[in-house]
Amino acid sequence: MRLTVSGLAAERGGRPVFSGLSFSAVSGELIAVSGPNGAGKSTLLRVVSGLLHPVSGSVRFDPPDEEPARLVHYVGHADALKPALSVAENLGFWRQVWRGTGLDPEAALDRMGLAHLASLPAGVLSAGQKRRVALARLLLARRPIWLLDEPATALDSAGQAGLGGLLSGHLATGGIALVATHQALPLPASQEVTLGKNS
Amino acid sequence: MIRALGAIIGQTALLSWRGGGGAFIGLIFFLAVVTVVPFGLGPDLNLLSRIGPAILWIGALLAALLGVDRLFREDREDGSLDLLHLSGLPLELVVLAKGIGHWLATGLPLAVAAPILGLLLGVPPSALGAAVLTLLAGTPALTLIGTIGAALMAAFGRGGLLAAVLVLPFTIPVLIFGVSAASAMIVGPMPFLPPFLILCALSLIALVVAPIAGAAALRASLD
Repeated sequence: MRLTVSGLAAERGGRPVFSGLSFSAVSGELIAVSGPNGAGKSTLLRVVSGLLHPVSGSVRFDPPDEEPARLVHYVGHADALKPALSVAENLGFWRQVWRGTGLDPEAALDRMGLAHLASLPAGVLSAGQKRRVALARLLLARRPIWLLDEPATALDSAGQAGLGGLLSGHLATGGIALVATHQALPLPASQEVTLGKNS
Repeated sequence: MIRALGAIIGQTALLSWRGGGGAFIGLIFFLAVVTVVPFGLGPDLNLLSRIGPAILWIGALLAALLGVDRLFREDREDGSLDLLHLSGLPLELVVLAKGIGHWLATGLPLAVAAPILGLLLGVPPSALGAAVLTLLAGTPALTLIGTIGAALMAAFGRGGLLAAVLVLPFTIPVLIFGVSAASAMIVGPMPFLPPFLILCALSLIALVVAPIAGAAALRASLD
């Protein structure tokens, strides 16, 4: 698997956030995206995921898929959990929508140390627990590229270790991870993309 | 693909019932509209039974549009909409599945409750059946048209009644043909079938147009 970003420029609300960004990554690489607030880290992840169109430049996946959305997992600021549904129902829903062939919800929750919360409504979880559920969701369907936006927010040290475990497992099976973060990552990054130097 | 869409339909319907009572509110609103009309008009049973189907339809129209703004707003706020975009499912089918789920939770109960509420209005039994039939055939169009408004309003991150008011003009033909089919049984001399078939046609048109328009609105609102 290879991810190539070339000459990428994006804007948010009509204001350019970055331009001329190029990097590439191959299977097993962890890329840390850093930069001050507003430098465009989230925008970069959304452009790579395909949720936003770049102003210029391109994002290429190799080998390509006729439906590029199926290649990426995106974890944004919001945890995408329905407060009225149980944790297991939340994950079960996405496993069905993704036609996932990965872990089942119980096993995925177990990996993030949340097996005992499976039957609770997601609305009663703490911010860190919700984050862990959002990360456990990554395991429900196998997708080669993970785009994580501040994944360690609200995580305690055990949660960070869990995140490290997920990432190393993903990289070891030939995945690529693009992680926007201010904090130190639980794993050493193989590349660093720094935004906002010239703006 | 079918299973994935089935999951979306099921989740939408489930959330409508469980999450804050969106479905119940519509039903209670329907009940409220229908029960205050006799008090306002006075105890003229002939008048009531003549306009009964129209009251049922107006109540159902407003009730069907009442909760529709929640359909995409919550998904947008909690990030689910991004993940649905990235699900690899055609967005049109996602919109359709959300619309069907919403109709199952909110439109269908209105049609089921209509005969009981019709009794309060003194609608004769033959017309009660017609009212239920027209609501079954017409409420999908109302919900689907509402879905377009909901998708448009999701872009602004606000909703409330604005989505409903925005699409209200487009629901007028549904109302006209729904009422004329339902009251054909009472006032005559118009036959039941022609307006009923037009009503079915409106639902079928909405079934095609709403997913396309809704998906276009959601795509345009991505940022």
